[in-house]
Amino acid sequence: MAGSNHRVIGKALRKVDAVAKVTGATRFADDLALPRMLYAKLLRSTQPHARILAIDVTAAARLPGVRAVLTGRDLPIPFGILPVSQDEHALCLDKVRFIGDPVAAVAATSEEIATAAAELIRVDYEPLRTFASAEEAVANAEPRIHDYGDRGNLHKIVDLEFGDVAEAFEHADLVREDLFFFEGNTHLPMEQHAALATYAPDGKLTLWSSTQTPHYVHRALANVLELPPARIRVIATPNGGGFGGKSDPFSHEIAVAKLAMVTGRPVKITLTREEVFYCHRGRHPTLMSIKTGVKRDGSITGMHFKSLLDGGAYGSYGVASTYYTGALQTVTYQVPRYRFQGARAFTNKAPCGPKRGHGTPQPRFALEVHVDKIAEQLGIDPAELRLNTLVPRDSLTANYLRVGSMGLGTCIEKVVQGSEWKKKFRKLPHGRGVGLACSSYISGAGLPIYWNNMPHSGVQLKCDRGGGVTVFCGSTEIGQGSDSILAYIVAEVLGIDPFHIAIVTADTELTPVDLGSYSSRVTLMSGNAALQAAERARELLALHAARRLEIPGDRVVFADGRVFDSRDPDTGMSFAEAVQHAEAAEGTVGTVGSYTPPMSPGKYRGAGVGPSPAYSYSACVAEVDVDPATGIVRVPTIWIAHDLGRAINAAAAIGQVEGSVYMGLGEALMEEMAYRGNRNVVHKIPSLLEYKSPTTLEMCDVVTYLIEDPDPNGPFGAKEVGQGPLLPVMPAVANAVYDAVGVRVDEVPITPEKVLKALRGKGKGEAGRVGPTRFPDIPWPEPVRVPPPWEA
Amino acid sequence: MLRLPAFAYLQPKTLAEAIAMKADAGPSGMYVAVGTDLYPYMKRRHEDPTLVISLMGIPDLRRADDRVVGAGLTLTELAVGPSARPAVVADAARLVSTPLLRNMGTLGGNLCLDTRCNYYNQSYEWRKSIDFCMKKEGHICWVAPSSPRCWAVSSSDIAPVMVAIGAEYRLVGPQGERIVPAARFYHNDGINYLTKQPDEILVDVRLPAPNGWDAAYHKLRRRGSFDFPVLGVAAWIRWDGTEVSDAKIVLGGVASYPQEVPEAGAVLRGVTLGTASIAAAAEAAYRPSKPMDNTDFDLSWRKQMTRVYVARALEELRQRRV
Repeated sequence: MAGSNHRVIGKALRKVDAVAKVTGATRFADDLALPRMLYAKLLRSTQPHARILAIDVTAAARLPGVRAVLTGRDLPIPFGILPVSQDEHALCLDKVRFIGDPVAAVAATSEEIATAAAELIRVDYEPLRTFASAEEAVANAEPRIHDYGDRGNLHKIVDLEFGDVAEAFEHADLVREDLFFFEGNTHLPMEQHAALATYAPDGKLTLWSSTQTPHYVHRALANVLELPPARIRVIATPNGGGFGGKSDPFSHEIAVAKLAMVTGRPVKITLTREEVFYCHRGRHPTLMSIKTGVKRDGSITGMHFKSLLDGGAYGSYGVASTYYTGALQTVTYQVPRYRFQGARAFTNKAPCGPKRGHGTPQPRFALEVHVDKIAEQLGIDPAELRLNTLVPRDSLTANYLRVGSMGLGTCIEKVVQGSEWKKKFRKLPHGRGVGLACSSYISGAGLPIYWNNMPHSGVQLKCDRGGGVTVFCGSTEIGQGSDSILAYIVAEVLGIDPFHIAIVTADTELTPVDLGSYSSRVTLMSGNAALQAAERARELLALHAARRLEIPGDRVVFADGRVFDSRDPDTGMSFAEAVQHAEAAEGTVGTVGSYTPPMSPGKYRGAGVGPSPAYSYSACVAEVDVDPATGIVRVPTIWIAHDLGRAINAAAAIGQVEGSVYMGLGEALMEEMAYRGNRNVVHKIPSLLEYKSPTTLEMCDVVTYLIEDPDPNGPFGAKEVGQGPLLPVMPAVANAVYDAVGVRVDEVPITPEKVLKALRGKGKGEAGRVGPTRFPDIPWPEPVRVPPPWEA
Repeated sequence: MLRLPAFAYLQPKTLAEAIAMKADAGPSGMYVAVGTDLYPYMKRRHEDPTLVISLMGIPDLRRADDRVVGAGLTLTELAVGPSARPAVVADAARLVSTPLLRNMGTLGGNLCLDTRCNYYNQSYEWRKSIDFCMKKEGHICWVAPSSPRCWAVSSSDIAPVMVAIGAEYRLVGPQGERIVPAARFYHNDGINYLTKQPDEILVDVRLPAPNGWDAAYHKLRRRGSFDFPVLGVAAWIRWDGTEVSDAKIVLGGVASYPQEVPEAGAVLRGVTLGTASIAAAAEAAYRPSKPMDNTDFDLSWRKQMTRVYVARALEELRQRRV
């Protein structure tokens, strides 16, 4: 392993917040309480699609203990995470779009009174026709769920073509087309969303919230409440899990802020589990078509990918999600020509958005199962086929994504070896099988959510004359370990104990902006900002230490809490003394660092989604047991290799890989956001008991291999690890089920019903496949035609 | 979060005291053991007692020996019961929910467990969105909209076992004591699913002597860690040498009561258990198994699983005999 002289980087240190977490000292949003605090409750729509004719809050407002009642008219300014989708109101103004859409907010002296008051609010609805699926929304332009969007109930339609794909198919030995469906699923964080707002008499608003994106919440509050940003402070409390579900500004955050302003008292809200299902912003249900031309050796001549996303009731991140379903197909296997058509529909269901892997697990599932089928058709081992077509490092893809480090080959070799793939594939007894799949993910998006040319992450670093160091950064700890990463990086550079470093994060009043904990961007981006700030501090301290020690600056070493001469380690001083010398000479010792991703080479419309400073790579082998009598699939073991560039903390990185496998297993086998289209489009199962997610008993053994192929863009070479390892799990399980019993479930989740149906079909001489059979006609626009780099 | 509504809580020390308290309270009073079922029901406004009478301080409910088991025994206690007690009772208890809930939940609670339905076990707001259902506040059964009855599902794991082995329940109420065979304790109706009167207390369960019979319970659910059964199969066999002299197959999770399938038992009488007789019994159990679309999983798959699970339960009994 390169750079093994590191003292902190790569070590399995505990997380800086571990003791607080395990002793219960961590204060989550719902743990906070302020004197005179009120409790808020939202009244949510019981109609899936309806005009609001009237709202009568009289009885609610009169209930003793009620201090304020708000409706949409009190918060008329729309908001939304993307500038192009400002389609939400904190409380619905004239229309509700799904069951669970917030309609009114109450603040009262107790949660019981707030709940009782909400039940007293009368809303007159005029029901409108509902849309329970993307196909229904495609087929019916009226009534429109929103009065904006590309066409009818289609929110976004995109068509990108990189070279003549039709011609590429003519040069192929085999052209194969498959259809896939990926059901929607949700994040299921252990902590329900909660927020507490207080409005001081001097006109300053403070909001504590379980959010992954305090900076975007800050912007939304300023916009909707019409307050100067300088008078708003947003503090993200430690999130008890986020996974993308706490990345949008939410109604409840705006409502408690407004209620605090109206009442002059602190106001808190904690959502119920059912409400968390309505906040959603999870995986888009996605129907996909993939058509690929290949040569006999498996090399790809061209690929045409189509996706239809069911967006639910609002825009959220949906435009980005749509592009993401077409963006990363090109970064694993060489695709010389590529076409992507994607459409996102509005429906009367909880809004979809970003969940771990944002828009890419669905196409990755399709692509990896499709490749498995191609390999079988060509008679090539699927591991070999992949190894033969890998995208080279330091290259540009057809859609202009710049690939830097690329450790996928090593990942494949590791899991093939570890799982004894060659002894098992197509050789295990009936009912047992192995499947292989790969994936890639971004280490942060190359572009910010709103257009600006400022850094994506900033760090301020303060050195105290007692030797303490404080790191200020806007990044948000959601359990992934981002606070620890800051401490490890600064500790490594300054040669001090990471547990001596104070970390102040996610407070818009105290910390420089970091865009948030999403798109797997934090280790790379805030890590680079911290690295820059720490290097600048070291430079400053080294200058004065060198003067003091009367040695050249390049001989000054920082290690073990000391600053000393590399040629004579006994000649030196403590880190605190070094700070004191610098402070005496220069005044207060503080530095800043920031990070802006490199410019992306793609210049076409839509080129903003997909570029990243670095791509992580994963390969996964799943072994499954399929009971042919029931169709029940069990997964005893998953082998997974992940190229993360460099492990800043190997134990924490393995934790992220195992967590990804766990979440992926749930998506593969059971999780689904199910609605009853024929029963008012209610969410079928908005509870922790009935929304089926694996427990420890269903969890498989995980054999993790961390592949370290340092990327020049990452701090110490580090790339992402929080999301990418989820992606190959679903297709690996699907491919393993085929290896075990010879049927294809081209859908996620792979439930026992589907497996048994496919087995029965096969028994009757049918194809032995369950999956979609049709992709609807979409009014695609003229494609944006961009020649790939090698044809330009 | 969902709040528990305000209610008064009484802790009687004797059965008589509890029955008197219930008589005073009338319909607004309810008995509770530890409330792993009742309190969530109160949070979701399925039940709205203003007075809750705890049964856990009554010694009668905590008595237990090899043959008599108090209704107040926790499921964990039941799961590690004395070896002279029929093992199938402990096996079924062990399959209920999670360790945490088994540490709290009681035998009586499981035997009296309310019937469940995906249209019913939802919050008040959710049920408002579908205009409620006939089990509470509404007029229709959404599972079978043209049906005059409620189709909520019996979701107890232990009840099918008690019916299969022929246990008896001792009830004490204002009219005194009565002994009811387990099979007659349940009704095939999602609303009136018990023959127990609201003021009666299930005190204990009398198990049959373990003489020449064997029983097994197999449970189908999504997750082995805590789900309710979507199908439970209790199979009971009285052996006569290597032949079956009598047999009972009782299904849980497919009707509003533990459903005995007499046809399946009849198939087995007087035969030796083998591939053919097991398949014939499984087929006989499969036909009347009519799950509705009100639990996890597709109903057609659940029906198909009846065959597989009955066969597997019988196979286990056969294996144990050889």
